[in-house]
Amino acid sequence: MSIFDPAETSLAAPSDGRSWLERVPVAYWVVGLILLIMPAIAGDFMLFQIFGWTFILGLIALGLMFLGGYGGMVSLAQMSIAGVGGYMVAIFGVSAIDTISLGWPWYVAIPIALIIAMLFGTLTGWLAVRTEGIYTIMITLAIAAAFFYFARQNYVMFNGFSGFNGVLPPMLFGVDWRGAAAFYYLTLFWAALGYLVVLYISRAPFGLALQGVRDNPRRMSALGYNVTAHRVAAYTFASLLAAIGGILLTWQSAQISPGTAGIGPAIDILVIAVIGGMRHPVGPFIGAFIYVILKTYAIDALVTLGLSGERFQLLIGIAFLSIVFWSPDGIIGLWDRLREDRKRDPLTGRGGEEP
Amino acid sequence: MNAVLDAGSTISERLGATGTANALELKGVSKYFGALAALIDIDITVRPSERRAVLGSNGAGKTTLFNCVAGDFPATTGSIRFFGEDITRFPPHERIRRGLRRTYQISLLFTGLTVLDNIFLACIGVSRSRFSFLQPGRDDALMASAENLVRVVHLEDAKDEQVATLSYGQQRQLEIAMALAGAPRFILFDEPAAGLSPAERSELIEILVGLPTHMGFIIIEHDMDVALRVAESVTMMHNGRIFKEGSPAEIEDDPEVQALYLGGEVG
Repeated sequence: MSIFDPAETSLAAPSDGRSWLERVPVAYWVVGLILLIMPAIAGDFMLFQIFGWTFILGLIALGLMFLGGYGGMVSLAQMSIAGVGGYMVAIFGVSAIDTISLGWPWYVAIPIALIIAMLFGTLTGWLAVRTEGIYTIMITLAIAAAFFYFARQNYVMFNGFSGFNGVLPPMLFGVDWRGAAAFYYLTLFWAALGYLVVLYISRAPFGLALQGVRDNPRRMSALGYNVTAHRVAAYTFASLLAAIGGILLTWQSAQISPGTAGIGPAIDILVIAVIGGMRHPVGPFIGAFIYVILKTYAIDALVTLGLSGERFQLLIGIAFLSIVFWSPDGIIGLWDRLREDRKRDPLTGRGGEEP
Repeated sequence: MNAVLDAGSTISERLGATGTANALELKGVSKYFGALAALIDIDITVRPSERRAVLGSNGAGKTTLFNCVAGDFPATTGSIRFFGEDITRFPPHERIRRGLRRTYQISLLFTGLTVLDNIFLACIGVSRSRFSFLQPGRDDALMASAENLVRVVHLEDAKDEQVATLSYGQQRQLEIAMALAGAPRFILFDEPAAGLSPAERSELIEILVGLPTHMGFIIIEHDMDVALRVAESVTMMHNGRIFKEGSPAEIEDDPEVQALYLGGEVG
């Protein structure tokens, strides 16, 4: 039951007297630096398609990791909420479908889009928290499917099958934010911010209580917590992450259509979170990177091997299955176990658990 | 110790508002699990600062009584009033926020967290910071009251230990600390002394006797010695019904109670 990491979740103020800057682990400096100078190393395709997409999908899956890892609730509606965010930016903002789009400035359209997506996510959560386990998955899958078919059949607001194209980010500070390096930094900023906020909240009263609700809802109730309200609030927060991701995703492809938020993409988000690992907010980003690499290069790899490129989904499926088979808690779990093994005494086999 | 627990509380205001109402007033409370009657027509009245022991054999309905009062399971029939307010249909967290507290017979603690963090979690639960997205700072008031509670239950030396590493007796003390978080008005102790060594038992009695005098409680206890030392009145339960009520001396001398306890009629 003790999934809390005491070293990480202790709420007592640190006593070693170091400032917060000094307590940032070395790995953060290294990864942060590499990510910052990436545009100097990588090409445009790598920046825009691989990393941009990784950060966006990671951000959407981060919401699922927050719900699943800290709250014990698995929702398949994250991609639909992202879809709502994307659609609302297209509807309230500017797109090529000017018969529907209202053309409001970005600083009005984006907040409205975020609020509507969060309302949608909160409503989803309000329905879903009454259920547990497999039933939560079923009800959120049903909501995802309903949203997909609704968007495809509604032409008045959602423009049906074809959706909206020409949905572009604003030309803020004179920068074309769809340029490779600019888009890379834009998505990196939101991904990093989302990551840090989730990490911070996991140790704040709200996040700690959410983990308490996951481990022992009856006890939390007997401590004065409204378990239902806490769970619904977690959905609201996860929706904010999804909505930001959804808007970025719409800008990346400059369009949004029902397929963006279909059932396949909804399940892909779950796959990404599970591959990466649900125990730590870095998991969804690792999962998203693996997913994007597979999705982008699986066809080439198969063709190189002299196989039919159409079978790329099979390769993705095999990769997913083998990761889940070897490590049920994803890449993070695999990493943790390797690190533990290295500390183990080779003769006695003991000492692996010691810090 | 009074000062410690009273810090920042609104007990006197609440007492003023509720006037002379009883802390607990149960009328005709029954609880059925399907066809099984766990509680039958229970009437209990407890004054605000009263300390009551509930005795009875296993299966007498003592813990079920607590579950109905605290809201873990709602009562099937009857009404429950807490300081005059009808709480019969309230969810557990609403009862807790009104100043009711309970401990569990089988510890329901967060074993992966430290002692201090468990108590801190209990302190946030009854505060407005429940939904706070901000981490507590160095001079956080709730963290300070958590530190105070650590002292109240004599766990200073273990406050940074992970709960899983605590002894059984220390875990029982932690249970009590969590029930004291915020501004409790009335506490339900579910067999706090069960499984404790004689030394731990006397430490527990010391903690219970040392609670602020305005703080009433009901304690479920098998051990007559503990019960009689901390309680001023006793309720005997048997087969889901109230069997006898009275002062400790009356209960001890009662021939029917003696027959029940010594006759081996019930386990």
